[in-house]
Formats: sequence, structure tokens, C-alpha cells
Amino acid sequence: MTLALAVDIGLTLLVLAVACWTLAVRDTFTSVIGFVAYGLLLALIWVRLAAPDVALTEAAMGSGLTGLLLLGAAARLQNAKNISAPPGLALRWVAGVLCALVSAGLAAMVLLLPDPAPTLAPAVVAHLPATGLGNPVTGVLLAYRAIDTLLEAVVLLPALLGVWSLAADRDWGGAPRLRYHRPDGALTLLAQVLPPFGIIVGIYLCWNGADQPGGAFQGGAVLAAMWALILTAGLAEAPPVSRRWLRWLLVAGSAVFLVIGLAGIGFADAFLAYPAGYAKPLILTIELVLTLSIAVALGLLIAGPPTRTPS
Amino acid sequence: MSIALGLFTIFAVVAGAFFFLAGTVGLLRFPDPLTRLHALTKADNLGLGLVVIGLLPQVAWPLGAIKLIAIWLIVLFAATTVSQLMARAARDGGPPV
Repeated sequence: MTLALAVDIGLTLLVLAVACWTLAVRDTFTSVIGFVAYGLLLALIWVRLAAPDVALTEAAMGSGLTGLLLLGAAARLQNAKNISAPPGLALRWVAGVLCALVSAGLAAMVLLLPDPAPTLAPAVVAHLPATGLGNPVTGVLLAYRAIDTLLEAVVLLPALLGVWSLAADRDWGGAPRLRYHRPDGALTLLAQVLPPFGIIVGIYLCWNGADQPGGAFQGGAVLAAMWALILTAGLAEAPPVSRRWLRWLLVAGSAVFLVIGLAGIGFADAFLAYPAGYAKPLILTIELVLTLSIAVALGLLIAGPPTRTPS
Repeated sequence: MSIALGLFTIFAVVAGAFFFLAGTVGLLRFPDPLTRLHALTKADNLGLGLVVIGLLPQVAWPLGAIKLIAIWLIVLFAATTVSQLMARAARDGGPPV
């Protein structure tokens, strides 16, 4: 037990040190690398807290995907160093004080919780058999708090629109481009061999989510990573963003979720409620379509704004 | 038998940890990118490989063992490719854009 405690304390100190270092370094690229390492260490902490679902999401979305987006942003900023003046001392102080206030508020909330902390976990476990699921986290995400998950799926679309809106006027409706600037045999080999395994892992994560840690976001992130790898190696081109089938794929997950949720008003007396006995097949349907839509949305987020003029 | 397997696990994992340590020392001490990559590959190949071999007797046969070996092979493959890319970028000069 003491050994485990020593490991936990070491891990916590390491995360705090990496976080401080990420803030302190001045170079954008170095800072992003620090952020990725910070996310991976945080995933280890979630594992230590017996929350493997959160750990998977942190590793796939928080560290991997966000890290990739930040790397892309850093690369773009390198070409645009002198566009605006760095923020002044007053602005930085205001930002720092506001961040400190938020942190202090969160810390106070955690420290002032009554002991034992209020929890709905026993209620979730008691009612889980009604959903036919084995993983209580998926039960919360897709049955008890499905509205949160629906909004999380929908919010990816405005995020993608935000990225697309960075396109130049003449490129609007064209295709994004993510190819590595040096052709490289090793990268091509990786992009040829890894995706079949990655696709299996992505589908496994999504399918497994019903009974074990995993789910639509983790599976979608792995699928998106495989797509981004293929695009980076230049083995395939990203489709033009004006393609109608692409738009349908993007909204399919949220649309199916919404339709099943609305049908719940008629068949189960509440928005996003499932008729008794049909919960698991409906949840699996939502998860499968959602995984596909999330994968396409995340892949396009990584690919960036359209940069090629439509032909 | 289980004591022998336990000793095997301890020996292999400690040996793997030693290669991680050696790789890290090399990463910190070696003078240029190519030799630092060389040090890192020792941690990836031998370090992770020994840890995986050491853990094999402790996991459920066959699915757990296959997953562990798959993780090792995928990490090997990804690390090899990344090393190639970084070495080429270092040779051609300047950080990759």
C-alpha cells in the first residue's frame, strides 16, 4: 500500500511539474509537446483512480487529438509570427488572476464536499440491468444523462464549422490537405500496415463500450487517427468539404440520436427515454452511427480548413 | 512452478526497467539527435519487450497474452517509423514544419 502511495505521489508531482513546465516554456512547439505528455500522465492518474473510461478519453481526445490540433495551430502560427503584438502585462495579469480564481473555486468545491460525498452511483448500479448494459459509465452517458452526450456530439459540428471558416474565400468548398511535406517510405509503410489493425481496435472500443470501458468517442478518435495517418502519408486525399455524402456522414450520428430521442416522447413518455426492453439495441445503434460521425468530424478537424480551390 | 514464474517476471521486468533507465540516460547525455534516437530505441525495443515478456506469465492465456504482444509489436512499429522521420528531419536540418 505504501509503495502504491509513493507511486501516486510521484505521479501527481510529475503531472504538476509537467503542467508548470508547459506554461513556462516560451516556444510553442515545446509547449504543445509538454501538453501531450501532461495528458498521457493524466490518463495514468485516471487509471490509478479506477476510472479507465475517463483515462481512455483523456489519452485519445485530451492528449492525442487536442495535441494534434495544437501542433497544427503551432505550425500555422510559425508562418504568422508578427501579425499581432503579444498581449500586454495587464492582460496577462487579468488572465492569470481569472484562471487562479477558477482553480481556487474548483479546489474549494472539492475540499468542501461533505463526507461521504453525495453520489448517484448506487442508483445507477441498481437500475443498470434495465438498460441491458454492463458498463455503468455507458449507462450514464447514453441513458441517464443522454442529453449531455447528445450535446457533446452536436458541439463537434460548430467546432468543425469554426475550422472550416478559416478557409480562404477561393478555397471554400475545396478539400483540406494534410500531406507530410517530405515523401517518406517508412511513413507510407506505417500508413499501409497500421490502419487495418487500428480500424479493428476502433470498432472494438465502440462495441466493447456497452459492457467494458470504451465507447463512441474513444473508438471514433482511433478511427480518425487512422484516417489522418493515411492522409498524412499521402495514400489518399481528403474529400472536398462541399460533398453532400460527407455532410450527411457528419450529421448522421447527432440526427439518429435526436430521432431516437424524439421517438422516446411517443414510445416511452420522455425525450431521450428508451422503451422498456429496447434500450440496449437502441443504445448500440446510436453508438455505432455516432462513432462513424465522430470519426469523420475528428478526422476533418485534424485535416484543417480547405486549402485547395475546388475544381 | 508459480514461484519460478514469479521470479521470471521480476527478473524480466527489472531488466526491462534497466533498459528504460539506460535509454533515458542516453537521451539526456548523448550529444546529437541521431545518437539520442539510438538510445531511445533501446528503451522501446528491449525495455518494453522485456516488460511484456515478463508480464506474459501473469495474464490470462490466450487473449491477454495476445493483447500484450500486439501492444509491443504496434509500439515497435510506430516507434521505428517515428525514429525514421525524426532522423531524416534531423539530417535534412531544422525542425519539421
